[in-house]
Amino acid sequence: MGTRNHLWLIAKRTLAWYLVGFTISDRYATVISVTGDSMHPTFTAASSSLRGDVVLAERSCLEKYQFSHGDVVVFKCPSDYRELFVKRLIALPGEWMHLPGSPDMIKIPEGHCWVEGDNAARSWDSRSFGPIPLGLIKGRVTHLIWPPSKIGRVDTKMPGNRISPV
Amino acid sequence: MSGFARRLAGIPWREIAGDAFSRVFLVAQAFCAVHVVNAHVCSFALVRGASMLPAMNLAGDVVAVDRLSARYGRVAPGDAVLLISPEDPHKAVVKRVVGMAGDAVTYLVDPGNSDASKTVVVPQGHVWVQGDNIYASRDSRQFGPVPYGLITGKIFCRVWPLKDFGPIDSKE
Repeated sequence: MGTRNHLWLIAKRTLAWYLVGFTISDRYATVISVTGDSMHPTFTAASSSLRGDVVLAERSCLEKYQFSHGDVVVFKCPSDYRELFVKRLIALPGEWMHLPGSPDMIKIPEGHCWVEGDNAARSWDSRSFGPIPLGLIKGRVTHLIWPPSKIGRVDTKMPGNRISPV
Repeated sequence: MSGFARRLAGIPWREIAGDAFSRVFLVAQAFCAVHVVNAHVCSFALVRGASMLPAMNLAGDVVAVDRLSARYGRVAPGDAVLLISPEDPHKAVVKRVVGMAGDAVTYLVDPGNSDASKTVVVPQGHVWVQGDNIYASRDSRQFGPVPYGLITGKIFCRVWPLKDFGPIDSKE
């Protein structure tokens, strides 16, 4: 009887911590591993390691959907809901933006945003699929936590002259 | 004064702290359990507005939302779904799925005034959603196909008002 009680206790504890962890990961911050080279050099290129970098993404920005230019965001791929992409936010709803490599300007529709990878040559992003609804965004990457040599904040940076001040 | 100090020392601080911690943890655990069930298994939503008449009332019905089917891709044409509005991420809307990726959807552009219709093919990973009341609904006819990722749940049952309690059936 003793071992059975003991097992029961362990199961209960595990479940409790699992629930707590799940909630924290849903509401406050979560850990995501980034693979692929679309965000090189901010995050690692796929060739240098198999597992990719591990980043910390906060969720509290989702309460009000407040983002700023140059934030690195995690979002569900618009053409496959099972995949998560990590890209940089370039333009916010209602802004006029220069399309990269062309003189054209487009207006981002309400409730949408424009995302691009840092590595323009190897990135599948808004330049292919257009602006994405803000509702697809699942978090904002704030810190790099693995590998140890790169631990630190992920900074917000913005390619110049993309947003028109109109 | 020393009597007071002795009394203070006599209070079992350690047990009190342990007890307090276990109670706080219990409350936190309950909160977490509610969150997990609400976000990933099943929850309730209040539906208002005219866009889903007659399946859902104008005044506000409470419906049960199944979160699992959306997550595992078991949403089919005809299902009423809860989704994040592509035009305003703060808003959740209820619409009916009309076409899945790859389907050709024919719709009336301006149902009140003309018979003009249009046919579109839904792109990969997207769905076409429309309100049941095509005269008063803002849906894919205006904002185009929406990414599947915006769907947060499938509506399967009406909970309130009680006299209408029952499953909300899927219809084409």
